[in-house]
Amino acid sequence: MTMTALELEGALVERDPEGFLVDPAQWSRELAVELGHEAGIPELTPAHWQVVEFMRNRYLETGTAPSIRALGKESGVPIKELYRLFPKGPAKLAAKIGGIPKPRGCI
Amino acid sequence: MVELLQESERGAEVERKPVEKVSIVVSKGSLEGIYPALIMANGARMEGIEADLFFTFFGLDAIRKDRQEKIKVATVGNPGMHMPTLLGAVPGMSWMATKMMGRQMEKLDIPPIGEFLELIHDSGGGIYACHATVEMFGLTMDDFVPQVDGILTVGEFYELSAGAEIIFT
Repeated sequence: MTMTALELEGALVERDPEGFLVDPAQWSRELAVELGHEAGIPELTPAHWQVVEFMRNRYLETGTAPSIRALGKESGVPIKELYRLFPKGPAKLAAKIGGIPKPRGCI
Repeated sequence: MVELLQESERGAEVERKPVEKVSIVVSKGSLEGIYPALIMANGARMEGIEADLFFTFFGLDAIRKDRQEKIKVATVGNPGMHMPTLLGAVPGMSWMATKMMGRQMEKLDIPPIGEFLELIHDSGGGIYACHATVEMFGLTMDDFVPQVDGILTVGEFYELSAGAEIIFT
């Protein structure tokens, strides 16, 4: 399997085999909603957005996604709540929905 | 022939079935005996994989209130340290090696053991003590940090591990 593309409102968005956006600049809030559906999250609540935006902004500022530890300490959403919002992995899913590459860290 | 090929393809699919649950047994009380298990448990939760930690023998030190903060790197009997045995035995050597490693880990955002267990617990990972060892050491739930979910017999551990990959560290 190679790159996949997602069509949104006529524009093609390039993705890696796991579904992460190749170019964070192709991201939009409408796309995030669609990526959320795909990840099994029917509706992005304000708490979801808070996490997604924190992940995305941190990545755009520093070039790396925050660890789960940093996410729990600095996003304003505690660990328990993070897993309630994103049961299949908060850092991974928030990165995917936020249009940034998959976090590479082990923590 | 074609059937055989399809058969082997099916076999490959079975092998590639994703891991959905892990049970990790921690039997050693050294820093290098404990951290890999914590990293694997937390890493599992980060991937949406269920994870339970089962502490036994000296691994129990990781969840003991009075010992958790005293866990050190083994500087003797640890070839990975590349340190002559007699030098490793010098008083304070283990303390120093632990300090240095701790600084390095903090840089990599790896939390101290207590905070790490809290992180795993809050992520929905289970933390258990081994009944046999708890009895052997004369301990009770009061001796453990609050993140410990319970004391399990080996039978209960296997029951809890239904459908899980069991990893012994």
